[in-house]
Amino acid sequence: MWRYLLSRIGFGVLVLFVLSIFVFALFYIAPGDPARVLAGDKATEAALAQIRANLGLDQPIYVQYWTFITNLLHGNLGFSYRSQLPVAEIIMDRIPATVSLVFGGVVIWLCVGIPIGVMSAKAPGTLRDRFGQSFALVGISFPSFVLGMMALYLLYFLPAKAGIQLFPPSGYIPFTEDPAQWFWHLILPWLTLAFVSAAIYARLMRGQMLEVLGEDYIRTARAKGLTERRVVYRHAMRSAMPPLVTQLGTDIGLMLGGVIVIEQVFGLLGVGSLAVSSVNNQDRPVVIGVVLLGGLFVVVVNIIVDTLYAFLDSRIRTAA
Amino acid sequence: MSILKTPKKAAEAANTASVTVVQRGSAALTFRRLRRDPGSVIAFVFIVLLVLFAVGAPLIAALTGHGPNEQFRDTGLTPAGIPVGPGGAFLFGTDQLGRDVLVRLAYGARISLIVGVVASIAAATIGVVVGLLAGYFGNRTDTVLSRIMDLVMSVPFLLAAIALVSVLGPSLVLSISVIVFFTWTPIARVIRGQVLALKRREFVEAARSLGAGHVSIMFRDILPNLMVPIIIYSTLMIPSAIVFEATLSFLGMGVVPPTASWGGMLSEAAGNSIYLAAPWLVIIPGLALLFTTLAFNILGDGLRDALDPRAARKA
Repeated sequence: MWRYLLSRIGFGVLVLFVLSIFVFALFYIAPGDPARVLAGDKATEAALAQIRANLGLDQPIYVQYWTFITNLLHGNLGFSYRSQLPVAEIIMDRIPATVSLVFGGVVIWLCVGIPIGVMSAKAPGTLRDRFGQSFALVGISFPSFVLGMMALYLLYFLPAKAGIQLFPPSGYIPFTEDPAQWFWHLILPWLTLAFVSAAIYARLMRGQMLEVLGEDYIRTARAKGLTERRVVYRHAMRSAMPPLVTQLGTDIGLMLGGVIVIEQVFGLLGVGSLAVSSVNNQDRPVVIGVVLLGGLFVVVVNIIVDTLYAFLDSRIRTAA
Repeated sequence: MSILKTPKKAAEAANTASVTVVQRGSAALTFRRLRRDPGSVIAFVFIVLLVLFAVGAPLIAALTGHGPNEQFRDTGLTPAGIPVGPGGAFLFGTDQLGRDVLVRLAYGARISLIVGVVASIAAATIGVVVGLLAGYFGNRTDTVLSRIMDLVMSVPFLLAAIALVSVLGPSLVLSISVIVFFTWTPIARVIRGQVLALKRREFVEAARSLGAGHVSIMFRDILPNLMVPIIIYSTLMIPSAIVFEATLSFLGMGVVPPTASWGGMLSEAAGNSIYLAAPWLVIIPGLALLFTTLAFNILGDGLRDALDPRAARKA
């Protein structure tokens, strides 16, 4: 099992290494001069040269990459071209909003998606199944930014025009500041995020359950006289869940990219909106930092999922 | 195979001298099964209409007399500068610059369809070739290719996409390339799995013992057996490519304004929250996008059920 885990961790390191080369190369070949961005249009040639020397931009590329990677390993992501603040600090500021959004979204989509999937699978072909399937189809097809904008219009703007403050317009209130406001401001973003994923999980759960419910041991359990509820929730669910756990790992890992659009629509100052604004500002160190953080997130979540799997699956646990 | 619908007819047929035998190929059978599913028929009709709408965009522009980027600041905006709602001279209303939403919607449909179709064909081609190579050769080839797939799948693609676009500058070609780069892996995995099973079958062994080379076995013997998953997955890739493009345009990283695209129209509607005063700016392109992805998803599901009735019965 240790060998298995080590190989997974090794692969994670490889992913991060390739990603670091990708972002570094990307910004090295990029047109546009960071010194010019920093100093503005009126800067003299001498001032520009000075800035380049300060940033190490006059060094050969492999020296720059080496400096970059050693700094990275020391937890130093450099400084923003715009605000001059350390990149790590800027990103840390944005993490609570993103984590709040993802956490609540995941809870809602699991609580909605899994029951709908089980409900569909228990009686395939019935009206309830049709309803569940239609929900899944619409959810999968709904682009989240369209859904978010429509939700804002219907649930915030129209009631507000009628004089009812049903939901706040947008923005993020830190949990530590006011938990009630935090919750209230996040309801619409959570629902928007959860709707699409709940649909995907409902589909996945339905497929898994149908497969498991056709197995011999389920027939045996029914023949033993167990209640249908016990058969479905105790016996079938247990073997239908593992693929969902894998999927959840992938999805949470990729969430950092996935929430960009929702943060944009709802004006949440999270990591996703930081990525967009720093791209628009040509703030390269911040963009690099966010992309690497996104990659790190994927790698760490995947290793956690693989470890869980190794413990659950005796074939991996006992091997080597 | 004779088609004898009822026992009565069968009896009548048995008495007559000749039995009419209708032979139907798998394509005809698939089409019959698909036609029996009302959802698929509606989705198919919608897609045909959408294609006509996109192709006829210049015609719509000519009929209304409104160019896609033409601004009607006198007739298309109220004196206060608010867009005009649907109806009258502007069937779907105007946007914040007084442009005709209907005409822009038609031109935007072109972008969505081109991106959807081109990106999924390209991604499917790459995915099929890589999956074939990995599954057929196995061993080290498989390890390397599978690792590359894992690598691509562990990149937070939207983040990487906007980083890439920010450096190279937004354009339609770049959007398509980015979409292809991040979407070829699922189909490659499916194909690889299928090939692993297929290459042990007798017909492959037979081809090999007749002296067929690797390329011939892969493309003439194995590939035709993969047409069902390829068709299904390519169809289902179209809606995700369309949404991916719309998302890039929505973030300002896709099609460059003033060229009309659905994502771009939604992005402009979101800017300054103008859509709260003019909700049709979200509702019209938003529903167009939703119905398009829905139609392709329904058609993809319908195709899966029609092409693979065993899977349909199980599901």
